[in-house]
Amino acid sequence: MSDLTGLTVAQLRDGFRAGEFSAREIADQFVAAVEAGRALNAFIVETPEHAIGAAEAADRERASGQVGALSGIPLGIKDLFCTQGYQTTAASHILEGFTPTYESTVTSRLFAAGAGMVGKLNMDQFAMGSSNETSAFGNVISPWRRKDGGNAPLAPGGSSGGSSAAIAARLVPAATGTDTGGSIRQPAAFTGVAGIKPTYGRCSRWGIVAFASSLDQAGPMARDVRDCALLLEVMSGFDPKDATSLDAPVPNWEASLSSNLAGKRVGIPKEYRVDGMPGEIEALWQQGIAWMKDAGAEIVDVSLPHTKYALPAYYIIAPAEASSNLARYDGVRYGQRDLPEGAGLQDMYAATRAAGFGAEVKRRIMIGTYVLSAGYYDAYYTQAQKVRALIARDFEQAWERCDVLLTPTAPSAAFALGEKQADPIAMYLNDVFTVPASLAGLPAMSVPAGLDGQGLPLGLQIIGKPLDEQAVLNAGLAIEERAGFAARPEKWW
Amino acid sequence: MSVDSATVRKIASLARIAVSDAEAEAMAPELSKILGLVEQLGEVDTSGVAPLAAVIPNHLRLRDDIVTDGDIRDRVLANAPQAEHGFFAVPKVIE
Repeated sequence: MSDLTGLTVAQLRDGFRAGEFSAREIADQFVAAVEAGRALNAFIVETPEHAIGAAEAADRERASGQVGALSGIPLGIKDLFCTQGYQTTAASHILEGFTPTYESTVTSRLFAAGAGMVGKLNMDQFAMGSSNETSAFGNVISPWRRKDGGNAPLAPGGSSGGSSAAIAARLVPAATGTDTGGSIRQPAAFTGVAGIKPTYGRCSRWGIVAFASSLDQAGPMARDVRDCALLLEVMSGFDPKDATSLDAPVPNWEASLSSNLAGKRVGIPKEYRVDGMPGEIEALWQQGIAWMKDAGAEIVDVSLPHTKYALPAYYIIAPAEASSNLARYDGVRYGQRDLPEGAGLQDMYAATRAAGFGAEVKRRIMIGTYVLSAGYYDAYYTQAQKVRALIARDFEQAWERCDVLLTPTAPSAAFALGEKQADPIAMYLNDVFTVPASLAGLPAMSVPAGLDGQGLPLGLQIIGKPLDEQAVLNAGLAIEERAGFAARPEKWW
Repeated sequence: MSVDSATVRKIASLARIAVSDAEAEAMAPELSKILGLVEQLGEVDTSGVAPLAAVIPNHLRLRDDIVTDGDIRDRVLANAPQAEHGFFAVPKVIE
């Protein structure tokens, strides 16, 4: 049997349907890759029985001539998605042992389409982080290494760092991610994979552990743009169980993929040229502009004047929502409880939360509690929501002049584990290019576009109009075809 | 705005997170730095701007007033640290 772990989801799907290999053969190879890849710490829980069960069902269905959109495809599932009968922790000690009695809408859709699950992927705790160093289950280590020979362990990005590392290392062909301020796009850029955050409301949030509800969106991460398109089709759709779910038809994104950008206008926002950005990233951005022109697009310079306020607004709004959402972890209904000898109810809450939450989660709950507290609410929270309106207006004005925006995904390549951990602000700055689209609820994706001088992947970001995932995917495809990104990490694990 | 350790202890108490005095001391400069970052927003002129409530225009829906689930008590209690007689159990709160 040939090595199937190098194939994309579309190649696996088509080969399975054509009878070139069985779903069981696919599942067995990826299950073995997951076992062999434990040094990366990409998974919190391995679930080979789920992947194999789905594969056997897919093989039976194929024999009877009935295959689902994702029959035969094993996936990694970020540990933020509740999975019935399988521990779901959000990478926090406070949820250790929590075994949902229900299935999230997104995973329900994926499994109903025939996909299986090889395991629950490690991540930053409660999706709060940009390096995977806040997980209670240890750091995820990127499969990539700098070519300086130092072998320093690198960050896979975050918060969907288990997802990005597992895809880059070929432990899974694709995975689910979630994106609150860049948690799909930044890890995708760090590891040379593709990932899309759709328009807010496309994917149901039901059954996804909440971080910041007005920002959280699920999306796929995979090796290429086509796989992102076909997975997003399955993950999206109206769900009455999520009050913010969009009641809009889901287009056939995969079938409509086209890298011909004739007649399209690509905006280049001048405010994304930040101080201290490495020259390699500026050069890659210029290369991306040339690729867009080559694909037939017209380039227009645009201005998004409130860009520099996106990060401060985000670090009020997201912690504020988190402090409210995470109030539910009280040691009463689920998760861990810490009950000191002789403690009353209030002491039990405080002890449970002190023992259960990691340092970054506590920091954000505290910031959120502070900005929402009496006397500060208007100065911080209301002002941030007004600035958010101005950021959204900047984008609306840009759409009068262009169809998509092209920017770098992150201001640097992957950094070493430990390098930024001591300084929360330095870590937060990693999301400077991804946060604005999150605040405006816009679809945005990262595609691998090149390597830096150390041989590490760099990504370009495309941001689109509300509900126009197609334009984002098409521009991503145009980059992908021209970048010809074929680099993969050398196997050391 | 810089916060001192007394303020940190007050916020922690509101957030129901136990912190030791040493932790409160350590957190004060961290939180002050983050607040320093977000305070840049004060320089933005937002007069006449309404706070953004929903990023994508969407109408809240009403559904029929019917029972859509229920009879799942044991599933609801399945993950409780302590469940007794079909209820969540907590330390005694009334003497």
